[in-house]
Amino acid sequence: MPSWWWLLIEVLVKVVLVLVPLLTVAALLTWDERKQSALMQDRLGPNRANIGPFTLWGLIHPIADTLKLFFKEDIVPDRADKLLHALAPILALAPSLIVYCVIPFGPAVQIPGIGRPIALQVADLDAGLLFIFAISSLAVFGVALAGWASNNKFSLLGALRASAQMFSYEIVLGLAAVGVIVVFGSVRMSELVARQATPLWGGLPSWGILVQPLGFVLFMVAALAELKRSPFDVPEGESEIVAGFWTEYSGMRWGMFYVAEFVEVSVLSGLLVALFFGGYHIPGVDPGWALTGHTVAIPFTSHGLAIAGWGWGLLMMLAFGLKVIVGDVVLQQIRWTFPRFRYDQVMSLGWKMLLPLALLNVLVTGAIVIR
Amino acid sequence: MLLNMGPHHPATHGVLNFVVETDGEVLSRAVPEVGYLHRGIEKIAEKVGYTGFMPYTDRIDYCAAMFPNQGWAMAVERLLGLQVPRRAEYLRVIATELCRIASHFIAVGSMAMDIGAYTPFLFLIRERETFNDLMEYLCGARLTFNYVWIGGVSRDFHPGLDKKICAWLDKLEPIIDEFDRLISFNPIYIDRLVNVAVLSRQDVIGHGLVGPNLRASGVDFDLRRDVPYSVYPELKFKVPVGRGPFGVEGDCYARYYARIEEMRESIQLLRQAIAGLPEGEHRARVPRKIKPPPGECYARIESARGEMSYYLISDGTELPYRVHVRTGSFSAMSIIEHASPGLMIADLVALIASLDVVAPEVDR
Repeated sequence: MPSWWWLLIEVLVKVVLVLVPLLTVAALLTWDERKQSALMQDRLGPNRANIGPFTLWGLIHPIADTLKLFFKEDIVPDRADKLLHALAPILALAPSLIVYCVIPFGPAVQIPGIGRPIALQVADLDAGLLFIFAISSLAVFGVALAGWASNNKFSLLGALRASAQMFSYEIVLGLAAVGVIVVFGSVRMSELVARQATPLWGGLPSWGILVQPLGFVLFMVAALAELKRSPFDVPEGESEIVAGFWTEYSGMRWGMFYVAEFVEVSVLSGLLVALFFGGYHIPGVDPGWALTGHTVAIPFTSHGLAIAGWGWGLLMMLAFGLKVIVGDVVLQQIRWTFPRFRYDQVMSLGWKMLLPLALLNVLVTGAIVIR
Repeated sequence: MLLNMGPHHPATHGVLNFVVETDGEVLSRAVPEVGYLHRGIEKIAEKVGYTGFMPYTDRIDYCAAMFPNQGWAMAVERLLGLQVPRRAEYLRVIATELCRIASHFIAVGSMAMDIGAYTPFLFLIRERETFNDLMEYLCGARLTFNYVWIGGVSRDFHPGLDKKICAWLDKLEPIIDEFDRLISFNPIYIDRLVNVAVLSRQDVIGHGLVGPNLRASGVDFDLRRDVPYSVYPELKFKVPVGRGPFGVEGDCYARYYARIEEMRESIQLLRQAIAGLPEGEHRARVPRKIKPPPGECYARIESARGEMSYYLISDGTELPYRVHVRTGSFSAMSIIEHASPGLMIADLVALIASLDVVAPEVDR
């Protein structure tokens, strides 16, 4: 077979490796959100959907929900823009799926039978981080079009709020990431992550959160606002504008917005992990071991445990997945803790508080790096 | 932009409609439209007679059904010249003060929900569940009680109920403190409510606002103390007036916090009432057919939503000639048009929530 054929297979396998967990986690997150909110609110949460006697702690609910959404009538409002109304959910979901292709979920790994090292990343772009910002800002089109095409005033208000909010916080998001770029000297995602494995001091790895604490806080807040999640959920603020831009959606089109929301949680969590928590890096483990294999000494014995390169690769993939899921849970928790900002408060927080802080962060980081 | 908020908008908790004129997010006018829940309760009273009307009064304010019960009973008793036994009066105070706490649960909880925090609401719903259980012990019903009857109350204390209530009250005080920590002192929450929709004393008196809405604007007036009825003169309680720990007099936060303070006062009142519960009959001797002499009377009580009053005219027959119910929510709706210009859409939601408007009470 020609080599491009192998390349295609490699990319397809990686896409499956990313997409399947991503969508599965999104489905599980809907369950997790309900269980977590139930935990917060002293309730039981979903526990009724069952297959025979098995309820699996409500884990069947995501499946039941999806089935229900597929069979629900798809209502398009009268005098809505049919084409844009159909297009908007796709435009909202696609960017968040695309973003994940440049986030490395493991180091370069040596797999037996394949001659060259395989990078555990769908696409290792030179401008990885810039690509992420470019694509994620496309998500605003889905939201804005959904609001405009629905022919509903509440939708329109939601879309207006969403677009204003997303544009304002994108600036903060970008500037917060500039600090990381300056410190690690690259926008290529694989390098950004690899640099975080270098030791800082006292055995600590130079994870982004340790070298850029302010950048992390700014990035996290701005990203929450980008995701339109509580406390920044003004675009869909239920008690104010019903459901914002997705008021007029039903059935699986609504489901796509819903899935997009949970995929975005994982995307944000993945980004946070890649930029600030060392990506796939496990403290004390050299990412290079995935290429060469390494023998670790078992404590209190003279034996060692030899783990091959692909074994280390797998471990680091699991570490990445675990970090992302922990991030997801933390992000979900925020939702059930805070009330909602008012629209103008969101704006003034973004422009008057976070933006100057982000600029200051860039300035200070730059000054330290140049010195 | 002309926006129809309601009648099935999530923030209106029932069926209220607001015709809102906005310029983007900023309101230029919000006109409340009343009448979506008009059931002609006053007319029903003219057809079902004095005793028969009692269950209907529950439906005037389902969040705190004890108050309309008591108001109606007081109006008829006044017309009959009936002396209510002291034990019955104490039982009424206990029932209504419990109701006041439960109603304020809904008020502050749904306010937090309208501001976007869902968790605090469910914390209070959980407590309201215990309240419902207590009410079931008291009168057999959980929502619409029909407990206060003309001449007394429908039944005496279930044995051991006083201990149950006291145990709940002991649990409740820390929960209100917890609620404060959870949401009342949350910086985002404070930012959302402080200095929003400030109503001056002239405004609230001019529009006839009552109860906590009135007192939050600094008007020191509580019917339980100033126009005493029942056994309130024998009990000691403070009337919280003015602003809360943050913000200014008459803003949404003051109205919100007035209710939190009232819950604390009600707990003290309940403790006194349970401790001082006298022995005796729980109902006076009431003729089977109630035929008040011709005349008219006016009975006012301090409901959870402020003054609720019944105006009753009798023509000497078994049916009342005319009944009018005056409720706090109706007058609270009237101030929205006055207070709305310049607010944002989110502020309007906060304003409606802070006025604690209950839809069936608006229209009756």
